Amino acid sequence: MAKGDPGAPARGRRAAPRSRKATTGDPELVQLLTPEGERIESVTGPDGTEYRVDFTDEEYRGLYRDLVLVRKLDAEATALQRQGELGIWASLLGQEAAQVGSGRALRTQDMAFPTYREHGVLYCRGIDPIMPLGLFRGVDQGGWDPNEFKFNMYTIVIGAQTLHATGYAMGVAMDGKTGTDDGEAVIAYFGDGATSQGDVNEAFVWAGVFNSPLVFFCQNNQYAISEPLERQTRIPLYRRAAGFGFPGIRVDGNDVLATYAVTRHALDTARHGQGPSLIEAYTYRMGAHTTSDDPTRYRIASEVEAWQAKDPIARMKSFLEREKIADAAFFTEVDEQARREAVDLRERVLAMPNPEPDTIFDHVYPNGSPLLDQQREQFSRYLESFEGSVH
Amino acid sequence: MATETLTLGKALNAGLRRALENDPKVVIMGEDVGKLGGVFRITDGLQKDFGDQRVIDTPLAESGIIGTAVGLAIRGYRPVCEIQFDGFVYPAYDQIVSQVAKMHYRSRGKLNIPMVIRIPFGGGIGAVEHHSESPEAYFAHTAGLKVVSCANPQDAYVMIQQAIASDDPIVFLEPKRRYWEKGTVDLDAPLSEAYPLHASRVARAGTDATLLAYGPMVRTCLDAATAAAEDGRNLEVIDLRTLSPLDLGVVYESVRRTGRAVVVHEAPSNLGMGAEVAARITEECFYSLESPVLRVAGFDTPYPAARVEEEYLPDLDRVLDAVDRTFGW
Repeated sequence: MAKGDPGAPARGRRAAPRSRKATTGDPELVQLLTPEGERIESVTGPDGTEYRVDFTDEEYRGLYRDLVLVRKLDAEATALQRQGELGIWASLLGQEAAQVGSGRALRTQDMAFPTYREHGVLYCRGIDPIMPLGLFRGVDQGGWDPNEFKFNMYTIVIGAQTLHATGYAMGVAMDGKTGTDDGEAVIAYFGDGATSQGDVNEAFVWAGVFNSPLVFFCQNNQYAISEPLERQTRIPLYRRAAGFGFPGIRVDGNDVLATYAVTRHALDTARHGQGPSLIEAYTYRMGAHTTSDDPTRYRIASEVEAWQAKDPIARMKSFLEREKIADAAFFTEVDEQARREAVDLRERVLAMPNPEPDTIFDHVYPNGSPLLDQQREQFSRYLESFEGSVH
Repeated sequence: MATETLTLGKALNAGLRRALENDPKVVIMGEDVGKLGGVFRITDGLQKDFGDQRVIDTPLAESGIIGTAVGLAIRGYRPVCEIQFDGFVYPAYDQIVSQVAKMHYRSRGKLNIPMVIRIPFGGGIGAVEHHSESPEAYFAHTAGLKVVSCANPQDAYVMIQQAIASDDPIVFLEPKRRYWEKGTVDLDAPLSEAYPLHASRVARAGTDATLLAYGPMVRTCLDAATAAAEDGRNLEVIDLRTLSPLDLGVVYESVRRTGRAVVVHEAPSNLGMGAEVAARITEECFYSLESPVLRVAGFDTPYPAARVEEEYLPDLDRVLDAVDRTFGW
């Protein structure tokens, strides 16, 4: 989805009733859609940037559809894990708006470097949602082509991908692909826990020093497995950017509109050659860290309930209903599409074949290795020795 | 034919220059590689001639050097990273082992990381701690990396270009104590006709026992062979050149003739390259061996203070002592 065309019919414009100034004070954050589903027309950030969105009704409905689909597919993956069909699953529950908002803010030419939880961004990039399930089922290690979809492979080692994004962004600048509206930008995803990693801080240093066309997108979901934010930082994360010499801003990560606006602005700043920035998308991991985790051991139910009231999808639905952008038939149709896609996902996961044993030896080196050739041959002969035997 | 006498360090410099000339995607990056030309001057003059977009002085963080080089590689560049000293590679270890080595495999061949990681390695220069280490086994043990080491100026000139041209990620170990040793280098030799990168080579033909070495210890073994010749013993010396994958065909052929093999390296003996080489020789040449394969290596201690490093490092006498033991078995 592209940002609304300035020449689009006025019908699509919702006259929002109020605007306000954001201040730098914690916990102020950029918000364009309240938890109750009220639209705020625009917000002026601490540096004077005005954040607003200008969507048509169709685009609003499209964002809602994305949010619902992404949540449904994620829930299906969790169910598949519970039924033993996936080894593990890292759910994005609660973070749909942060991912759809930033994912839809990317332009076709922009490159994204995800963690292992960016299923929503992956969806926005047009990648078949079954791809990450291959990784978590254990039949491959991520099957999409990063260059085709401009979406790198998932990175499990915390924070390592921020350096890859930084190097890629240096390459964009070296290729002369910044400085125009058609310039390229890069986005690096990571979480609150990752901000303690050396690699992330080195990436901040590098991107600042080389003025790289890069957006650091931190989904602060409040927990690194069991450890709360207070174990990672003494100051709000977005303020770390100041020490590295580039702007940082906190956005309501459960607000798909604000996340879109803030990310689009940061990406455009980057693509115009005006350097990196840090976005802290303030959100909450509603589920467990992964299906192997038990969050009841480290957080209380009332905290989860408080965040439930800020649900990213419920507020978007309230807005669409309040403004009569969508009717009941639309919501039913979206739910039905989500159900269909989830069923399809399930069927295709169950049909995923296990890889052949000798594929272990594939793609270790672009130019191969005589040692591996020898091991592959020995292993093959070993397997053949069982042929015809009953075991 | 432009044959010149160059030091090993100057030969590397000439090889890097040629790689920069031949491929606009080659970039050199590291600490002090630009204006200074590197602490060993291996990149001397390159930034001046190719600009600071091709020869990049990086912030002082090794993980950052390798991690950003991964991103540049995904973007289509061919980064040549300099790690200033062996003992400083460890902050980059995660990026090398978990990212560089695995990217091609994880992506089922969709991504290449054609990166060269240059590391001046080994001791013998009287340096303070962390400046004299031999970390090759860590990298040779890691699937997805290739590891090579040059031992003379001609190989330095050719091998660095071959490593840069290769799509495989390669750890390129430079014998820093040999940077100043001179040799003739054929600067015009076409790369396509050069001796292969991942191949061992006989450095000195002999008949009585086989010495196996790489990097700085090749010179030590050649000196030992010269000394042994005076005592009437004709030693063969093989320069392994490639540590991962090992190329042991020429080694097996040699050991089948001599019946005796001694592996020499500066790195500690325990689980070092010598252990792997000895195991494979034993598998392949068991009935030809007159004695067990012996190892002459650094001791299993941290690298010691400089005033005792000569005692720590394998030298001519320790090599010949091991040869004697293979004959006394």
